[in-house]
Amino acid sequence: MTTLLGVPIAVFMGQLTLGLVNGAFYALLSLGLAVIFGLLKIVNFAHGAQYMLGAFAALLSMRYFGTNYWAALVLVPLVIGGLGMLLERFLLRRIAHLDHLYGLLLTFGLALIFEGTLVNFFGVSGARYATPEALQGGLNLGFMFLPTYRAWVLVAALGMCLFTWFMIERTRLGAYLRAGTENAALMQAFGVNVPLLVTLTYGFGVGLAAFAGVLAAPLYPVSPTMGSSLLIVVFAVVVIGGMGSILGAIVTGLAMGVIEGLTKVYYPEAANTVIFLVMILVLLLRPAGLFGKEA
Amino acid sequence: MTSSGAALRVQNLHAFYGESHILHGVDFEVKRGELVTLLGRNGAGRSTTLKAIMNMVGRRTGSVVIDGRETLRLKPHHIPRLGVGYCPEERGIFSSLDVHENLLLPPTVRSGGMSLDDIYAMFPNLHERRKSQGTRLSGGEQQMLAMARILRTGAQLLLLDEITEGLAPVIVQKLGEVLAALKARGMTVILVEQNFRFAAPLADRHLVMEHGTIVDEITPGELDAKRERLNALLGV
Repeated sequence: MTTLLGVPIAVFMGQLTLGLVNGAFYALLSLGLAVIFGLLKIVNFAHGAQYMLGAFAALLSMRYFGTNYWAALVLVPLVIGGLGMLLERFLLRRIAHLDHLYGLLLTFGLALIFEGTLVNFFGVSGARYATPEALQGGLNLGFMFLPTYRAWVLVAALGMCLFTWFMIERTRLGAYLRAGTENAALMQAFGVNVPLLVTLTYGFGVGLAAFAGVLAAPLYPVSPTMGSSLLIVVFAVVVIGGMGSILGAIVTGLAMGVIEGLTKVYYPEAANTVIFLVMILVLLLRPAGLFGKEA
Repeated sequence: MTSSGAALRVQNLHAFYGESHILHGVDFEVKRGELVTLLGRNGAGRSTTLKAIMNMVGRRTGSVVIDGRETLRLKPHHIPRLGVGYCPEERGIFSSLDVHENLLLPPTVRSGGMSLDDIYAMFPNLHERRKSQGTRLSGGEQQMLAMARILRTGAQLLLLDEITEGLAPVIVQKLGEVLAALKARGMTVILVEQNFRFAAPLADRHLVMEHGTIVDEITPGELDAKRERLNALLGV
């Protein structure tokens, strides 16, 4: 059997793929957090719950309305993103002038309400969401078997990350967003409707979380607590990449997924903690994060 | 309505930041095409007057009529759309944008703004450095960029806050030429300035502020007669 660094290549590549898929979720979620933090300066603790709401919305819309996976992939981020815009408009905006800690507390409270409500109705055991027919099965690459759905998740998540990066770094709307992040008052003095920009940005960030949730639904059990456990890792990714850095969120998300996956191959005991070890190292050596700007 | 030809009429303007009462009833009028300076010591309320016109203060009362329209109840982002361009004291160049992006950032508020070609002809340095990160420019270049980007928008009323502060004499001279050119184009300018020698030959009138109110108005013809009082007010 062919081996790589003492490990069968199929095992190595399998964990690498798994790591990349997990990394794609980390990237999508930390990207949403970065976009929101950039303009609103709020650490959106509801992000995990909004990811979970995305998965649940896909599950329930299929169960009750027969909405298929592809429609859910488009509609759910719009609906949950819309819900996010209402939250921003009617709750977050009211405390925008206060210390950012209040935003963190409010979003944390919202996360608990979302989770608690769904636990009340659906319990904590996960439900299964069927993989869409077109993405069932897998590809035999010779050295490993690659499940089609995981390959699709990787492509879709990276495509969405690239789209977001392009929108923020290469369009006029993105320039408004970047400039608003630096000096919102001056942007208003130029005639830009900053409150609307803030609402749209929060909605977009929440929509990204919901998109990740729909992508995750066929892979992981859909349960009310699926977001909270993931969110802790995603926060570590954001700290490593640098708060508010778009490129940092994407690259670090993928890299941490791969590091976690490969740790599973070589030292499985450390797989659950390796990201946090990296975070501690980064905080010690470069507190602003790998891609963050020093204050 | 403002009296005919007035681009801006400010009446009994009070401005507050939280509990702090900064402007105590400011009154003045600026005619279309006029260049008026706001002079005074630090803390006299000159920059706050510009910010209050832009609705960038915590709270304001009184009346601010721009181009015949009362703006006291308007949201901050609606005021520039009346044709107002604001250049802040700290310049406000965005570090995440390059020079070209900084220049294109403010939305067009009126037709008739200067074209990019015109702007680059007026500020050739900016053209040379258009791919540089905005905050990597020298202080003088950043000031030119801050001015240039509001000229593109079609704004006809310019509020300029301390544009010569900390700049080399050669740059100050260039800014003087630019202001003269803008005046020749018929723009209305309110200039907050410490550098009286820079402002004196350009201005149609000088308004002197103290303790958040306007205490004197000086025309160029009265300058010699009021020199001593002006020096006292400016603390020269």
